[in-house]
Amino acid sequence: MELRTQPFMVNIGPQHPSTHGVFRLRVIFDGETIVDLEPVFGYLHRGLEKLGEGRTYTQCLTLTDRQDYLSAMNNNLAYVLAVEKLGGIPVPPQATQVRVLVSELQRIASHLFAIGAFINDLGAFFSPFMYMLREREKITDLFEMLCGQRLTHNFLRIGGLSHDLPPEFMPALRALIDSMPRFIDEYDQLLSDNEIIWARSKGVGVLPRDLAINASASGPVLRGSGVAWDLRQADPYLNYPQFQFDIPIGANGDAYDRFRVRLEEMRQSVRIIKQAMESLPGGPVMTPDVNLALRLPKGEAYAHVESPRGELGYYLVSDGSINPYRFKVRAPSFINLTTLRELCLGWKLADAIVILGSIDIVLGEVDR
Amino acid sequence: MPTLERVSTKETRIGAGLGILKGMLVTFKHLFRAPFTVPYPEKRLPLPRRFRGYEFVWSRERCTVCLTCAKACPHGVIRIQSRLAPPESQWQAEKFEIDIGLCIFCGLCVESCPYDAIFMGTQFELANYQRGGLVRGIEKIQYNPATSRASDYSEHPPLEPGRLLLPKQ
Repeated sequence: MELRTQPFMVNIGPQHPSTHGVFRLRVIFDGETIVDLEPVFGYLHRGLEKLGEGRTYTQCLTLTDRQDYLSAMNNNLAYVLAVEKLGGIPVPPQATQVRVLVSELQRIASHLFAIGAFINDLGAFFSPFMYMLREREKITDLFEMLCGQRLTHNFLRIGGLSHDLPPEFMPALRALIDSMPRFIDEYDQLLSDNEIIWARSKGVGVLPRDLAINASASGPVLRGSGVAWDLRQADPYLNYPQFQFDIPIGANGDAYDRFRVRLEEMRQSVRIIKQAMESLPGGPVMTPDVNLALRLPKGEAYAHVESPRGELGYYLVSDGSINPYRFKVRAPSFINLTTLRELCLGWKLADAIVILGSIDIVLGEVDR
Repeated sequence: MPTLERVSTKETRIGAGLGILKGMLVTFKHLFRAPFTVPYPEKRLPLPRRFRGYEFVWSRERCTVCLTCAKACPHGVIRIQSRLAPPESQWQAEKFEIDIGLCIFCGLCVESCPYDAIFMGTQFELANYQRGGLVRGIEKIQYNPATSRASDYSEHPPLEPGRLLLPKQ
């Protein structure tokens, strides 16, 4: 007797713990194999781009914190760079160096969260995640010391920083950076050779190099596919050219490679922070006389940074008033998410969760 | 030319279970580590000096009702009514309300204040039974040497000279 099967559709999400937020996957299965997949998002849409058009340039800073809330510093940085580019506002050298420090610290914190959530998706229920959060906690403590908040920092300002480093910051940072390589090695030991993680993630969700480039993926998703493209070296901003660091790339483009790229990037970030700590120039951190209700000249500017998830860009159009005329965000995880269908086709349901975890989306940024 | 580092070099499988044993070793080590967490309501971590807490501290003496804080606020949380006080015909705040339910604690009002009159607080437990309880009027935010605890976020000169706002970490 011939077994007749028919495809059926399943909604994963919007309220599902493995979707990393309010995110829905419409998946068409044949048995347990994925035949078609459609990401449905917008559940966290707050209209931040439109809200930005009604606010002054300084007030828009608070919106950028809330886009990619796991890397608020990088979001602040990209926006601030765009405004400074448009207005030609100088930044003191100390502020530039501290910006490097905080954005690399934020990269470590974000990657810790990404790896922990990815391992969590693999089924290692919360133990590795809690180890990662323990280290991330120390970084959020540092940020709290800097600016008084743990998640939505609002620390960078147009033309500098809101505060200089407090005196207790540098000893705490040094202690953290001294202990960090040991912890990263420990996670490497704990996770990278684990047969279960190999079996679940090696060869799963292979993103070919060409597809990664054509989908304009960026960040660890692109580098996992073997493309050595990092904005910190491809289009350097701040004073990244001064620092020595490597770009880790993957060989196969599978979920395991993306996970390993993130692990290696944390090591490289520690390297950058070590160099940046030694060469803090000192001096003021804020350009004087940056008006609170800043008026920028007519024109447009695009500034991008390498956020933990990829190329994060802010495109601003000014019409000479105190508000941006257009406030556009190029959100990396939104664009990386477009590869999800190609990655998941032919895999089982449990693998789709792993692939989604390896892309590392943040819904605040996808939906904006 | 960027320097590269290939990450997935380990292609051959090591002996079955060896990787898991290596992982278990890390788990085993955690038996001998002190806990990192703190039993929260009983014990509290020291707050950083720049903490942006919810109860604002406002000085009637320093405030000139210039509305800069209200204009700097991204959400329009600060509501101010002013009047001319008769004897010296000086602008005084009649109503100075901060709606904590809408506040995002960005600190822009505190930073923008040209007269150093408003401070962030040091509290963070803002649960309330009613929405109205979240609106902090003059009687709640006005500086009171006995109860007010302002944070050092703004780096304004302290309201009471010689008194550190929060102990240094």
